[in-house]
Amino acid sequence: MRSSMKRRKALEGYLFASPWIAGFLLFTAGPMIASLALSFCKYDILTTLKWIGLENYRQLFSAQLFWTALYNTVYWVVFGVPLRLAMALLLALLMNRKLRGTPLFRTIFYVPSVVSGVALAMLWVWLFEPSVGLINTFLRMLGIANPPLWLGSEQWSKPALIIMSLWGVGGTMVIFLAGLQDIPEQLYEAAEIDGAGAWHKFRAITIPLLTPSIFFNLIMGIINSFQVFTQAYVMTRGGPLYSTYFYVLYIYDEGFQYMHMGYASALAWILLLIILTLTLIQFYFSRRWVVYERI
Amino acid sequence: MRGSKRSWIESKSFNQIFVSIILYIIVLAFSVLFIFPLFWMISTAFKPNEQIFAQPPIWIPKPPTLQNFSKAWNTLPFNQFLKNTVIITLSATLGILLSSSLVAFSFAYLEWPGRDIWFMVMLSTMMLPAQVTIIPLFIIFSKINWINTFKPLIIPAFFGGGPFYIFLLRQFFLTLPKELFDSAIIDGCSTLDIFVRIALPLIKPALSAVAIFSFMGHWNDFMGPLIYLRSTEKYTLALGINMFRGYEGITMWGELMAVSLVAAIPCLVIFFIAQKYFIQGITLTGLKG
Repeated sequence: MRSSMKRRKALEGYLFASPWIAGFLLFTAGPMIASLALSFCKYDILTTLKWIGLENYRQLFSAQLFWTALYNTVYWVVFGVPLRLAMALLLALLMNRKLRGTPLFRTIFYVPSVVSGVALAMLWVWLFEPSVGLINTFLRMLGIANPPLWLGSEQWSKPALIIMSLWGVGGTMVIFLAGLQDIPEQLYEAAEIDGAGAWHKFRAITIPLLTPSIFFNLIMGIINSFQVFTQAYVMTRGGPLYSTYFYVLYIYDEGFQYMHMGYASALAWILLLIILTLTLIQFYFSRRWVVYERI
Repeated sequence: MRGSKRSWIESKSFNQIFVSIILYIIVLAFSVLFIFPLFWMISTAFKPNEQIFAQPPIWIPKPPTLQNFSKAWNTLPFNQFLKNTVIITLSATLGILLSSSLVAFSFAYLEWPGRDIWFMVMLSTMMLPAQVTIIPLFIIFSKINWINTFKPLIIPAFFGGGPFYIFLLRQFFLTLPKELFDSAIIDGCSTLDIFVRIALPLIKPALSAVAIFSFMGHWNDFMGPLIYLRSTEKYTLALGINMFRGYEGITMWGELMAVSLVAAIPCLVIFFIAQKYFIQGITLTGLKG
């Protein structure tokens, strides 16, 4: 009786979860194995599959474009992620001061992240337009006679995309804000009685208790940043001179423009390994800096 | 807080008021920076061409015109793009709502062997870059003739809807008292009854958050349609706008901003209507893990 009941419950559990389990096998696990296998093959859909061993990987590491794409992506991650976290944290701290009108300001800071994808990209192409775009118009008003060409310049194209990304930190800000609001008020009061100044309270209370939110945002930020695609595809098509040619753009071109399905799969697996390694390293080091216990 | 203005002034030293003023200036400065690009998009979309290039810039179009919209609509079939985007977005969102709520309920309340392992597997797929599976999926979809149809963009949504949404709903389920469900079991309700009659109504706020995220995700999706849709009449708005930019040769900023604005408006409207759920959803996934 008990065991049949238990079996029924187990069956129900599986049944309810079955859409995802089926989806996982069909659209994630299966394709993952297939892509690993493909990465050792030469395949262009039209002709038959040919096993070539490690050839794709050998080619990939000797391809100039691979290193260019990797460099651009690492640049985007290394500068973009910390800047976005800092911006989001700054805004969250301001919102946490409970100034009058905070809900309105919070909405203003969040709204830009609602506009995304191609519409966002086009807006920024227009803002960055070198001769009549708004940004350079302002810079000229401020007395800068030769403002950067932004998306048209090899040096400024990546910084331009990073500046644009700062505009979309609303989601990260909301997560930080929730973290800040979870910090018990008594801690600050106790610190004040002990005569702690604002900076000391920030260093000794706010930052440590915010480390779980910082860790979460850092992990997600890095994972997402490695997959940057739409902005670069739409705004610059990887240019000028491959300066915004990011990793996923390379995968897209190899896989869907040249139909090098095997080579593109090898590229994708290298990306997976990079993301996996970085995430594991972060989890390992998180024990040293993330404060999990609630006081 | 309100009504105590006098004591507020009295209790605060000059220093604190000074700090408040500085903070206000900083917040206002950031607000201008954050709102200005959007304002500029709207302004450009309604400007006649000669005002777009005016130096110094003209902030408010005088008079506002709809000519950019009509020109863009005459160049490419934007109504068709809109229709396609709506079909894909709504169908996929429906799939996500149906399947992710079932799966989340199972992960939160039902007891079955291996549940926690499957849950960990699900969480770990969150960091899986889509590019690892996209190539085999493309090959499979092309073998079964799904390329240039909406199927690859819709049907996978009915299979759990993605780890993010399942996780969000599960977290919300866990905030509900377990006794609610236990007492229903004693009353003899089947699990499906409990799910439909008790669980679903209670998680409406979280479902709203999922619906909003899913809507925006699919509405703005670019890479999916780029890979799977081939002919212009199947294009989504995102692909249409990208095509439009190349089509015009020299870029017509007014028209480009007009179509971009049309693409942005549904997301803006939904955000303003359902802001509360939005913020709740983000908070739930970001922290209580």
